[in-house]
Amino acid sequence: MAAKQTVSFKLNGKPVDVVVEPRELLIHTLRERLAHTGPHIGCETSHCGACTVDLDRMSVKSCTVLTVQCQGADIVTIEGMEQGGALHALQEAFSEQHGLQCGYCTPGMVTRAYRLLQENPDPTEEEIRMGMSGNLCRCTGYQNIVKAVQAAALKLAAAREAPRKVAAPAPAREETPTPA
Amino acid sequence: MIPREFEYHAPTTVADAIGLLHQLGEDAKLIAGGHSLLPMMKLRFAQPSHLVDLGRVPELKGIREEGGTIRIGAMTTEAELINSPLLQAKCPLLVEGAKLIADPQVRYKGTVGGDIAHGDPGNDHPALMIALRASFVLRSATGERVVAAENFFRGTYDTELRAGEILTEIRIPVPAIGTGACYAKLKRKVGDFATAAAAVTLRMQGNKVQEAAIALTNVGATPLKATAAEESLRGKALDDAAIAEAARLAMSICDPVQDQRGDVEYKTAMAGEMTQRAIRTAAARAAN
Repeated sequence: MAAKQTVSFKLNGKPVDVVVEPRELLIHTLRERLAHTGPHIGCETSHCGACTVDLDRMSVKSCTVLTVQCQGADIVTIEGMEQGGALHALQEAFSEQHGLQCGYCTPGMVTRAYRLLQENPDPTEEEIRMGMSGNLCRCTGYQNIVKAVQAAALKLAAAREAPRKVAAPAPAREETPTPA
Repeated sequence: MIPREFEYHAPTTVADAIGLLHQLGEDAKLIAGGHSLLPMMKLRFAQPSHLVDLGRVPELKGIREEGGTIRIGAMTTEAELINSPLLQAKCPLLVEGAKLIADPQVRYKGTVGGDIAHGDPGNDHPALMIALRASFVLRSATGERVVAAENFFRGTYDTELRAGEILTEIRIPVPAIGTGACYAKLKRKVGDFATAAAAVTLRMQGNKVQEAAIALTNVGATPLKATAAEESLRGKALDDAAIAEAARLAMSICDPVQDQRGDVEYKTAMAGEMTQRAIRTAAARAAN
C-alpha cells in the first residue's frame, strides 16, 4: 500500500490534520474522516456538483480533488456558511424562495452560489444560470434556484449598505468564514 | 470510484518534475488540473503507479506578452484564461473557447496545458491552438524544443510529447489588429464535449479573404486542420458560395466516431455547419 501522508488544511476556518492514502478523494475525507456530511456524493463523476466545496476561493468538485492536493488549503463547506447561529443570506434565500425540493443538491448549490456572488455581487439572470451550470438539480427546474441567488444578492447588497446608513456594527462577511 | 493505489509527488520546479519523470520511468504520470486524468483513474482506465502533480510549480503559471508573442504557462487554468485582460484584448478567441469548456467548477481547476497534452480529440484547445498558429514548448532533461500545434497531435491520446518531456508553455503570435475569430461549438448541454466544433481566424481586405485558418474539434482521431478549406478562401470574396465550398472541403476531411452525440453523417454535417457559422461570425468581427 502506498504510504499514507499527513495533510493539513483549514476547514471552515479551523486547522485540521488528516492522514490519508494518496488516492483518497477530498469528498471522502470530508464526509468519512471529518464528519462534514454537508457536501454530498451525487454522481462521483465530476458532473453533478453536489460535492462542491470552496477551495482556496475556487468552487471545486471535491470528488475530483485528491486530499493530498489540499496541503495548506483553505476549504469552506456548507457547514461553514452560517455565522454565529445565523444562516447565511444564501441559506435564507433558498428557504424563502423555495430553491429546493428534495434538498440533495442544495449544499453544492449554496456553496457554488457563495463563490459566484463573491466574484460577481450583482449578477444578471444569464450570469447566474451560467455560473450555476456545474450544479444539477432534478427537482426544481432551476427557476427558484435562480430566484434564490437573486434574492441573496439583494440581501447581501443591503447588508453592505446598512451599516453606512445606521452606523450599526458591520455584519459584512469575511472572505473566509470562521465558525462561531 | 476510487483510483488504484499510487505514490504522490508534488515537485515545486520544472527541473524537479523532469527529474522525477526520469527516476520513476514509465509508471509515472503527470497530473495538471486532474479533470481528465482523475476521472480516468477512478474508472481505472488509467492506473499510474506514480502521480507527479504540477500544481505547485509556479513557473508553469501566468499569461504575458513578449515581443509580439503571447506566452501562457501550461498550468494556467481555464478560469484564468477567461479573466485575463490581455487575452480579452488581444486573443478573444481563446476566451470564447475557454468559456465553452466544461462548467465553472471544472474551469477553476482544468488547465490549458492539460487540455492540450491529454491528446483527446474532444478537447477544445487543440483546434483553437491550430487556428491561432500556436506552438508548444516541450522541456526535457536535455533541453527544450518547440512544436507547432498543427504537428503536435498524432492520434487519440497520442501526441508528440516524449517520455520525460513536459509541456511548459504555449506560444501564440499576437493576432494582427483587425483579425476576426470565432469558435462555433455544438454541444448537447453544458459540460459536454463537442458534437462538432470549428475554430476560425480570418483577416479580411475589403470583402476579400486575406488569410484564413480553420481547425475542427471532435470529428477525427485528432483535431483537424482544414487546409483545403483555408486555401479555398484565400484571396476570394467571402460570399455564400465561398463559405459553402469551404464548409464542403472541411467536411471532406471529417472522420468522426459514431456515439450518443450522433452518427457519422450527422457529425460531419454539423462540422460543416459549425465551419460556416464560425466563418460568418469571424468575418463580422474582422475589421476590413
